[in-house]
Amino acid sequence: MISFEDVTVTYPDAAWPALEHISFDVTEGELVLVIGPTGAGKSTLLKCVNGLVPHFTGGRLAGRVLVAGRDTRTSPPRELADVVGYVGQDPLAGFVTDVVEDELAYGMESLGIDPAVMRRRVEETLDLLGLFELRDRTLLSLSAGEQQRVAIGSVLAVHPAVLVLDEPTSALDPAAAEDVLAAMTRLVHDLGMTVLICEHRLERVVQYADRIALLGPEGIRTGPPADILRDSPVAPPIVDLGRLVGWSPLPLSIRDARRAAAPLRETLERHVGAPLSRTATEPVARAHGLVTSYDGVPVLRAIDLDLHPGEVLAVMGRNGAGKSTLLATMAGIRRPAAGSVTVSGRVGLVPQEPADLLWAQSVDAECADADRDAGSSAGTTRALLDDLAPGVEGGQHPRDLSEGQRLALVLAVVLAAEPAVLALDEPTRGLDYATKRRLIAILRRLAGSGHAVVVATHDVELVAEVADRMVVLADGEIVSDGPAREVAVASPVFAPQVSKVLAPLPLLTIGDVQLAMAAAQ
Amino acid sequence: MTGHRLPRMLHPGAWWLWAAALAVAASRTTNPILLVAIVAITGYVVAARRPATPWSASYAMFLKVGLLAIVIRVALYALLGSQPGAHVIVRLPVLPLPSWMAGVRIGGPITLEGVLASSYDGLRLGVIFCCIGAANALTSPRRLLKSLPGALYEAGVAITVALAVAPQAVAAVGRLRTARRIRGRSDRGLRRIRGIAIPVLEGALERSVDLAAALDARGFGRRGATPAAVRRATAGLTLIGLLAMVASSYGLVERSAPSGLGVPLLVVGAALTAAGFALGARRGGRTRYRPDPWRWPEWLVAGTGLAAAVALCLGPASALAPSTSPLVAPGLPLLPALGLLLALLPAWVAPPLPRPRPIRPSRPAPAAQPSVVGVG
Repeated sequence: MISFEDVTVTYPDAAWPALEHISFDVTEGELVLVIGPTGAGKSTLLKCVNGLVPHFTGGRLAGRVLVAGRDTRTSPPRELADVVGYVGQDPLAGFVTDVVEDELAYGMESLGIDPAVMRRRVEETLDLLGLFELRDRTLLSLSAGEQQRVAIGSVLAVHPAVLVLDEPTSALDPAAAEDVLAAMTRLVHDLGMTVLICEHRLERVVQYADRIALLGPEGIRTGPPADILRDSPVAPPIVDLGRLVGWSPLPLSIRDARRAAAPLRETLERHVGAPLSRTATEPVARAHGLVTSYDGVPVLRAIDLDLHPGEVLAVMGRNGAGKSTLLATMAGIRRPAAGSVTVSGRVGLVPQEPADLLWAQSVDAECADADRDAGSSAGTTRALLDDLAPGVEGGQHPRDLSEGQRLALVLAVVLAAEPAVLALDEPTRGLDYATKRRLIAILRRLAGSGHAVVVATHDVELVAEVADRMVVLADGEIVSDGPAREVAVASPVFAPQVSKVLAPLPLLTIGDVQLAMAAAQ
Repeated sequence: MTGHRLPRMLHPGAWWLWAAALAVAASRTTNPILLVAIVAITGYVVAARRPATPWSASYAMFLKVGLLAIVIRVALYALLGSQPGAHVIVRLPVLPLPSWMAGVRIGGPITLEGVLASSYDGLRLGVIFCCIGAANALTSPRRLLKSLPGALYEAGVAITVALAVAPQAVAAVGRLRTARRIRGRSDRGLRRIRGIAIPVLEGALERSVDLAAALDARGFGRRGATPAAVRRATAGLTLIGLLAMVASSYGLVERSAPSGLGVPLLVVGAALTAAGFALGARRGGRTRYRPDPWRWPEWLVAGTGLAAAVALCLGPASALAPSTSPLVAPGLPLLPALGLLLALLPAWVAPPLPRPRPIRPSRPAPAAQPSVVGVG
């Protein structure tokens, strides 16, 4: 269905090719997962499939890409629209109309599909992705997860033979991600749709993949998931666990791993350390009876929350539960309708789109601005940045930095004001495992130096690694609040993979398992 | 004709035709009784058939603009115009002007005749504003764009995209202001404007590049099976026809224009445009999702508007333009008044409005449900 024949892509003004001598085939009805470290060319590879590379991005494509027998060199994206459905990283950037229903119909209108068929397919797609009640809503009023579902629905409605998805679940809460992925596997099974998907959160998608294509500096390697993941530089926690324990074949789903883990659970049972109890400290920030509303509709209903210095608090909950609003209200960006927030010191907020905070033309100018804004001595921000991400060139435009570098720059800008509380909204969106590990180390260090850290996130693995305490929001109310260990183990939705495999043992991360194994020997 | 009418939105073209006909009617008379009747009619119909959209508040705004038009017209006339008639209300001091401005006069006596004539004139302009406002409130311009004939599709997309830029820019400014508060930035004046304008412009540029990519990936501008000659003929006919219609509107409004410029040019232009649209509709490649149907309520709404306009134009000239010098109380001509009443009918003829769906967040359908996607 898709075949890459010795493809090399070089963008204009680039020192080296983004893709080099890539050859592989995807057969009809296959779901292929593309993985690799940041900058390996995953997005470029996906854009080659519908001809956006090179017709839209520019650059040189050597070799050729065939999709359903059509050569992308001679067929521009619009002529491939009936065979390839492409959903980019940012759903909002891909929207053409402004209402859900029109957006779903747009692709079919361009292809000249019969109005009666079109009407039926829009209804089917609304049901398939659970969008029925949103059909009249404007796209800008939807939450990130809803937007992602509309974006996927809008290409699904065309019934393309090939579906190309670039990070489809990054913005979704665990439950919504499962729903989208379940809908997708159904399409693969029922319609024989061919799917090419790229995702950083391997733990969500690996079990659905028929084959994995690993992109790395030495080219592309494809094969069954268990083979490729055995020595892949990027791997989900379940694979790390399998490697650590030495399971063979490598289990990829929780079910398989749980069956393999029965002996391990028995060994570890007697060696799990008692959870650390925290000494009580004076809270650095306190919300009392906090109510916030948009247009008279309450988003937060009487929230009581204490933040302690040295503590990392994870705020979880489905899309639209009020996580971002809670952070913004704590940071004083939104005014509470009732209740109060008292903070001894400042709250530094890293918003969902960290790039919003950057508007200078170079890293150096950004650092100088941040020093002036914060009233701190010149060079403070630069020193923080060098500490968080060494080796960022001062002359670069913030837009040209990698995701990880940009996040480090934003963190440095926020930390320059010496906040007592650091609040991060969805910080791991679009980060690969290596960058995420760096972020985790940074957050741990900040907590160690007496900051209170709040993270609103959908990323259960991040929570397992970094959080001391976890709060689950639902409908603007706190439904659970307690040590991250207990809350995570108790919930099937918010539990990380290691915990799902080893439950009821309170082990959340590979690090926990390593410690317990060391104690057992 | 069915016994019961299902709630639905009326075709936007019908409302625009109805409103345009009333606007033309208003432009043909200065009789304040008829003009006020037109305002009352538009107001009543808007109140009865206005959907709950952000657009629907625009009627009140246009009404205020109309009132402002009357005030400005009367004020300018009182200050600058030559005052006919003998009923002097007040004498303003005359501003002495240099000799080279002879013929221009500022101040002086203000007569009742002058004030009345200018307020009739201002009222006429205000009522035309009201008619446009009514069309805006009854149907959003976006819906009208959706119903554009195939020949105008590309132009329609361009306008839709341009319309989408404004709310996005507003959202971007909001996000930037939040970001500035997060960073504690407090500069003012030019630096502040620069600090907001440049990122917003950058964002708008990036957004338009993204949009072009998205349009391309979704099949916009696919080569249809239409021969180039047909495409060119469509574009040519439509363009010339529309230009002719625009030119004819000058002839219709301005009585001193050459007589060939009015109705005959309008007919020729409409014929050319219709031919262009018909040709454009035949070219394949695109279909339309849930087009607004044109059924008997649409015919009735558009028809009552046109009938009202025709009836008004047939009224006696003395009644349509009541004399202000000498002062005469404006009369109520029977035929135009009855005709205008016809235009009130859409308040009942138009189908009732659909009620808005309750808005609440939804979850995706459970994955266990059987597959509903058929290979269409």
